[in-house]
Amino acid sequence: MSPTATPVRRLLYPPPPAASPFPYHPGSLLSVEHVALGALNQILTRATALEQQDPLTRDRILAKRRVALLFYESSTRTRTSFELAAKALGADTALISNLSSSIEKGESLKDTGLTLRALGAEAIILRHNSSGAPWLLEECTHLPVLNAGDGMHEHPTQALLDLRTILAHLRPGISEVGANTLAGVTLSITGDILHSRVARSNMLLLPRLGARVLLCGPKELLPELAANAGPGIFIERDFESALRQSQAIMMLRIQGERLAGLQLDLEEYKGNYQLTGDRLRTLAPEAIVMHPGPIIRGLEITAGVADGPQSTILEQVTHGVAIRMAVVERALTIASNGARA
Amino acid sequence: MTALVLRNGHLLDPAAGIDAAKDILFKDNRVAEIAATGKLKQADGAEFLDATGLVIAPGLIDIHVHLREPGQGYKETIATGAAAAAAGGFTAVAAMPNTIPVNDSVDITRWMQSPDRGALIRVFPIAAATRGSKGEQINDFAALKSSGAVAVTDDGHPILKDSVMRETLAGAARVGLSVIQHAEDTRMTVGASMNAGPVAFKLGLRGMPNEAESSLVERDIRLLTELREARAHLHVAHTSTAAAIAAVRQARRSGLRVTCEVAPHHFLLTDEHVGFYNTNFKMNPPLRSAADRDAMIEAILDGVVDAIATDHAPHATHEKEVEFERAPNGITGLETALGLSLRFLHGELKMPLGRVLSLLSAQPAAVLGLKNRGTLAVGSCADAVVFDPKAEWTYRATEGKSKSKNTPFDGWTMQGKVRWTIGEGRITYAAT
Repeated sequence: MSPTATPVRRLLYPPPPAASPFPYHPGSLLSVEHVALGALNQILTRATALEQQDPLTRDRILAKRRVALLFYESSTRTRTSFELAAKALGADTALISNLSSSIEKGESLKDTGLTLRALGAEAIILRHNSSGAPWLLEECTHLPVLNAGDGMHEHPTQALLDLRTILAHLRPGISEVGANTLAGVTLSITGDILHSRVARSNMLLLPRLGARVLLCGPKELLPELAANAGPGIFIERDFESALRQSQAIMMLRIQGERLAGLQLDLEEYKGNYQLTGDRLRTLAPEAIVMHPGPIIRGLEITAGVADGPQSTILEQVTHGVAIRMAVVERALTIASNGARA
Repeated sequence: MTALVLRNGHLLDPAAGIDAAKDILFKDNRVAEIAATGKLKQADGAEFLDATGLVIAPGLIDIHVHLREPGQGYKETIATGAAAAAAGGFTAVAAMPNTIPVNDSVDITRWMQSPDRGALIRVFPIAAATRGSKGEQINDFAALKSSGAVAVTDDGHPILKDSVMRETLAGAARVGLSVIQHAEDTRMTVGASMNAGPVAFKLGLRGMPNEAESSLVERDIRLLTELREARAHLHVAHTSTAAAIAAVRQARRSGLRVTCEVAPHHFLLTDEHVGFYNTNFKMNPPLRSAADRDAMIEAILDGVVDAIATDHAPHATHEKEVEFERAPNGITGLETALGLSLRFLHGELKMPLGRVLSLLSAQPAAVLGLKNRGTLAVGSCADAVVFDPKAEWTYRATEGKSKSKNTPFDGWTMQGKVRWTIGEGRITYAAT
């Protein structure tokens, strides 16, 4: 048989990959891919309702329910945002960080999860430096797990809050999102795509609403195959061309902690990819400028742009609290058969 | 002195060119006589087994297993690994040296073969090529060979330095040993836990590029070319990429002594099967793309592949129940190799049964020069597997003999049920 003969694959049918057992718990939020359109609308609707609700009645929704925040990586925004969101609904929160817990003594994620469950945690919010860790935690505990960022994989609540930010500016007043809500909108994501969980969650979520996602960056930080991650994802190496096409611009930090020996010429990088006032004025004067933070002023974005009128960076943070109230509420009020309590 | 007769079976021995209804007599660990059904002359006093409807084939030989002893008996012992092998139809295995301590000595090589280990089947140690498998100082190959080592390798710690690999190939050739290389340029796989490609990107995992394998195979073949006069033998372990297979194919055409093996998971599964971080689909080399998987099948069908080898690599449940990137590489394979090969290579791809069996017996025996094995010709070792080639069954890891349950094939339908395994004249496994 020669190598050019009929592809053997057609002849051989081993069982396909097993159907995912995840999420075990319908209240879990592991990946944006698990969030169906109906659930997405519910989250967006509840985020708005909860944000507007009187704090004194809101805090009865999850009164004395127990939520654990399990953080294996440092975090300002996400951790505080989840914590304030859970507390705003009346839940008790406990923060466990890898630096001040038995994790330092070598306790496994499984055992830490089981311990938290035994302590009465009803949901676990997990930030972890290993991609896929939330899947393991859910499998071991069968509790609702909210992925607050796993390695280089996903950061679903960030994509949801980014969506809420985009909707607020580009589709104000709409009450329900659908497959065409963001038709005609191009979001460019520029920077360290390879190591970015924010980029992955956004590129998997926004095209489902009709948006076009343009990925931009040097090949070391943006491999060609990124465009295969899903529909509606394109690569544009020329930053200025990407800006010209964008209604929303998302800048990413270079993740020094994940570069794994990769050497980058930062001056060259800034020359090619820094979002400056000049570029913004001439190429995308109407676009919103987003950044998941933390920002490194003077590297991927100038201080003037970060603080300027097109910037939604702090607004994103505020949207985060609303979104996280909605997903924490969902985690604790949806029954394990999927019905809402 | 024991004598055992298999009656009424169908003898299939590709090496001896036998494919016919025959009775066979084993005596004193030798095939004593083969005769037409009911016509054995010297069978008086022997134990009889009725093999009606069953195929009698040479015992299977797996030239790539990890039995974890010495040092990691909680994963597997030589006894439990050998029992798993026997249940899978194997009568001989070659055990890799990445034990704790590394098998780089005559003492450990002998220890592994001691009857005290309780192995039901024959275990051939493969010794480390370098001291501690550190890739620096070559071991005493002559001494290792005389203590029973059948090959040398630093499996799992590929020999990257050209000078050391050259010296290893030349030194092993001088004493008539094969050099097995786990081909992975580890400088290209730092922090990686699966195949490089779209799936790894989407899962946010660092990937091992195909070039990490193929470039080292190409380097090794280059060294072999330089050592053409020495007639050194390179065996490429668990080949997983089309480019590595192409390099082997080319080298063989030019007359070099290069052989290669492919593991069942590499001819059946792709990186898509990793799914959501399932650590039972994590091994090294990793599951590759569909194109590479197809290239493995083509290479098996067209004869470039010399052996199906399992890379049986048991790990305890708690070791696999961790974050994907932290989980150890490896899956078990001894109890599924025959069932998977028969179902897919023979059943679906219509590869003749004899050829499939040859890849699991005669050919691996030839790769490592294991004399009198891989055939049932009169005078050879009394190693046989007796199985029902049509029977379908479902593999359940929990019912397996291996101490570990880290298999991607749990619940898969297998074809070809082992009825008996006969190792050196004794029944080492009998289906219940």
